[in-house]
Amino acid sequence: MEYEVVIGLETHAELSTLTKLFCGCSTKFGVEPNTQVCPVCLGMPGVLPVMNKKAFEYSLKSALALHCEINKFTNFDRKSYYYPDLPKNYQISQNYYNLGVNGYMTIEVNGSTKKIRIHNVHLEEEAGKLIHPEEIGTNYSLVDFNRAGVPLLEIVSYPDMRGVDEVDSYMQTLRKILLYMDVSDCKMQEGSLRFEASISLREKGSDKLGNRVEIKNLNSMKAVIKAIEYEVGRQSKLLDRGETVARETRLWDAVTERSERMRSKEEAQDYRYFPEPDLLPVLIDEKWLHEIKGTIPELPLDRKLRFVEVFKLSDYDSGILTEEKVFADFFEECVKILNRPKAISNWIINDLLREVKDRKLDIHNLPIKPKQLASLIEIIEKGTISSTIAKEVFSEMIQSGKNPHAIIEEKKLAQISDESLIESIIEKVIATNPEAIEDYKKGKKNALSFLMGQVMKETKGKANPKIVNELLKGKVGV
Amino acid sequence: MIDKKLIEYVASLSRLELTRDEEEMFMNQLTDILSYIEKLRKLNTEDVKPMAYPLNKSNVFREDKLCPSTSKEEILANAPAKIDAFFKVPKVIE
Amino acid sequence: MKHLELTSLQIKEKILSKEIQAVDVIKHLFEWIKETEPNVQAYITTTEEESLRKAEEIDKKVKNNERVGLLAGIPIAIKDNICTKNLLTTCASQILKNFIPPYDAFVINRLKEEDAIIIGKTNLDEFAMGSSTENSSYKETRNPWDLERVPGGSSGGSAAAVASNLAFMALGSETGGSIRQPAAMCGVVGVKPTYGRVSRYGLIAFGSSLDQIGTLTKDIKDAAVLLQVISGHDACDSTSAPVPVPDYLHGIDSGINGLKIGIPKEYFADGLNTDIQKAIKDALGIYEKLGAEIIDISLPHTEYAVATYYLVATAEASSNLARYDGVRYGLRAGSEGGIVSMYCRTRSEGFGNEVKRRVMLGNYALSAGYYDAYYLKASKVRTLIKNDFDAAFEKVDCIICPTSPVPAFKIGERTNNPLEMYLTDVYTIPANLAGIPGISIPCGFSREGLPIGMQILGRYFEEKRLLQIAHTFEAETNFHLKTPPLKDPRWCRG
Repeated sequence: MEYEVVIGLETHAELSTLTKLFCGCSTKFGVEPNTQVCPVCLGMPGVLPVMNKKAFEYSLKSALALHCEINKFTNFDRKSYYYPDLPKNYQISQNYYNLGVNGYMTIEVNGSTKKIRIHNVHLEEEAGKLIHPEEIGTNYSLVDFNRAGVPLLEIVSYPDMRGVDEVDSYMQTLRKILLYMDVSDCKMQEGSLRFEASISLREKGSDKLGNRVEIKNLNSMKAVIKAIEYEVGRQSKLLDRGETVARETRLWDAVTERSERMRSKEEAQDYRYFPEPDLLPVLIDEKWLHEIKGTIPELPLDRKLRFVEVFKLSDYDSGILTEEKVFADFFEECVKILNRPKAISNWIINDLLREVKDRKLDIHNLPIKPKQLASLIEIIEKGTISSTIAKEVFSEMIQSGKNPHAIIEEKKLAQISDESLIESIIEKVIATNPEAIEDYKKGKKNALSFLMGQVMKETKGKANPKIVNELLKGKVGV
Repeated sequence: MIDKKLIEYVASLSRLELTRDEEEMFMNQLTDILSYIEKLRKLNTEDVKPMAYPLNKSNVFREDKLCPSTSKEEILANAPAKIDAFFKVPKVIE
Repeated sequence: MKHLELTSLQIKEKILSKEIQAVDVIKHLFEWIKETEPNVQAYITTTEEESLRKAEEIDKKVKNNERVGLLAGIPIAIKDNICTKNLLTTCASQILKNFIPPYDAFVINRLKEEDAIIIGKTNLDEFAMGSSTENSSYKETRNPWDLERVPGGSSGGSAAAVASNLAFMALGSETGGSIRQPAAMCGVVGVKPTYGRVSRYGLIAFGSSLDQIGTLTKDIKDAAVLLQVISGHDACDSTSAPVPVPDYLHGIDSGINGLKIGIPKEYFADGLNTDIQKAIKDALGIYEKLGAEIIDISLPHTEYAVATYYLVATAEASSNLARYDGVRYGLRAGSEGGIVSMYCRTRSEGFGNEVKRRVMLGNYALSAGYYDAYYLKASKVRTLIKNDFDAAFEKVDCIICPTSPVPAFKIGERTNNPLEMYLTDVYTIPANLAGIPGISIPCGFSREGLPIGMQILGRYFEEKRLLQIAHTFEAETNFHLKTPPLKDPRWCRG
């Protein structure tokens, strides 16, 4: 039988605030265990949470970017469950009045766009970290609470995705949006971006949803895709055999590339949500919303489409340029200075990105400024240097941070366009290579290229190739 | 009103282990209390807003400013069991 | 020289005028504690050495004419659910039998800043859950007026300590009457401030939307000065109110002429002890004589308050007490059986029956399928109870009623019937649900010689007005001057 796959995603993103959600402890990753902990984030008796304003505003910003309706009244709820990494054995989260609801995000798959609806966006606190020593025979686990209380944004989609292509695009697009807004560093390897998928199958053409299975422990985007593929296979086999799919939560094992049942629906947790009395509600007025809206940059997909339309760049190039906000900004800065979008785009994609990769540069602190790249391109167009020399200049710019003019002057790289000077060099080259002229006359056309090369060699590549070509042709009598 | 199954469920939500006698006692006492509480049903509260916060106040925030954390030694001082800088708990199987 | 029977302000005056040294006050006090504490059993922990050290510091400051705080040299007892840095804080529970907080509660910081001397941590019902202090897992505090009887609760240790001169003043906490009720039963002054008036930071949570720290003192002026010190905004408590704190002592004796006192008929219904009823009537007579107008009012939803309270408070408690799991602090048991066994064994061994009962009730009220019928319903009725008060305060300036329907009862008399015990808080609970302030002051004695408390309730943040009203009555009467028939301290005879 043919099935339609129905997928929804829950995304958790740690917000990149300096301090935790309810206390002033640092959120820095990778420090010594239990050194970024205080009575509040350890859930000691009698201590109280106070909300980090920046974390709240980052959440609001994200909800707006995902086109959510913002609840004018929002508050926090306690979600109760026992786990040793959860200090209070309840998580401060949102349930009854999420800060954002009914949004959507546009994704692009195979050249066409699709809206994936967002059920809600809410803010909650992160748990600590459990470590399971691997030595055989250990009967204990260890807890580090450094991460406990880091602000965590949860984005819940509707089950609007119909295949792994859409899932992949959803994850990439969402990641890009969060990065664009600078609200999360989205480092999956550090756990600051995580996904959980819910998957069901239904007969093609049916509008009845099948039984939903949730998959947890997906530590990379690759794992999400693999786990979904595995689950689609598992469910369709069950359905083909006429069996039903059990509503359950499964855990993905990235090593064996299989999932296993964690708990059934009957064992589902009773979270006992109720309003968190230690935090007061948040009322959101138009003025505040307006302020937050003002901080949202143009989002990646919109920007890409604009680049195609306004700058006449290819879809592919626009995609690369808008992958990282830094480069898209860099591009637009350059274009403002010098209206040569195509050339600028080429330099960024072919040269800047390569240098960044090779030299592992910090993209937020590039050694080259848009003005410098613009002048380099201008210099090339004026014919002061050749494009070959330009590559050398660019490399030097990256290394030293110097202006192209300074480098050209220092290294005497300016192109020779003085016809009499070039002519004298040509004569010298012909004199030392009489056989090349003979060859040419015998019909060996590439002898001309050889002479050209010799002239460039004499001038260390600085001779204006157009002039050399013309003069050379005149000399050999073409 | 509260039967054995329910008391067992509520005890497990509460992470409490009850002896059979305790189960019996709590079952009776909670049934008493809940039948007293039944009087609330008499009240029509359809259009009444719930009161979760006694204080008429909202939007309380702190700035995203670092405060020194408590020292590791102080944080771990009350720990029933620890290894190095970690809290130690019985093995948690995921 | 009956120094221990002086009020806090009086002893402070003597210390400041160098008539007596703070060190001697502490020495005398601890002699009295050694003699009397075995009978009263008000304290879980005492801090004699640290108190003496602190007293020496204050004497030195006085000697050098340095500036001293508002509570300079006053020995104060702290209910043991308020966190004190580096000092055992048990909440009267086995689950915190070894818990040493690395932080001070906001109020403790304030006391230290004002040079109070913290002499010990007082007994309470475990996690403040109870009305008799019998739910402590450490000891049975007795009512100083009759050692066979309970001191009330849950701040029974603090009330008994102040009543028997084992402390000059004390901090308590309320969730449903836990200051006012023991104050009434022990014959002292108890103030429960407006929710948000005093920071809850460092108060071990029971019902977070109800909990509030307050005072237990020998008279109203002591209450005023102590309240002055602990009130005010705290950035570490989101529910702390940024409302200015007036000078509570200033104008405390400015009288009550023209005051409109509301008498809610629901508080004088069946079940009210006749001695108490008479004492309140007499008190109203005094107020009338002093120029107040007595107005009959109704708080129609009063009969629903206890039911509402036992859903809201237990729901919040069930989650507040989830953190006691044996992982980070406190008792741990059963870890050999795995994590779930550790949770269950730790909590089953660590909590007493009343705590278990309330945690289970609260979890039930919040659990899937019951939330709307219980927790949400109760939250709505809470609104109705608050609205009752709002409407009443349109007509009257304050409400006067009994604090407790009965005087102190016999130890063990009500322990087997939780519901009956809950109903002793019937008059105090509505104020906690609404969040309004209330004071209980001594207003008479029962035929058996047990103290009777009168309760004055007021509008949000009108503590100052309440203190004035209470002080006017106190100035006209001498109920607050009577001390329990405990043996006088030896050194007082001279």
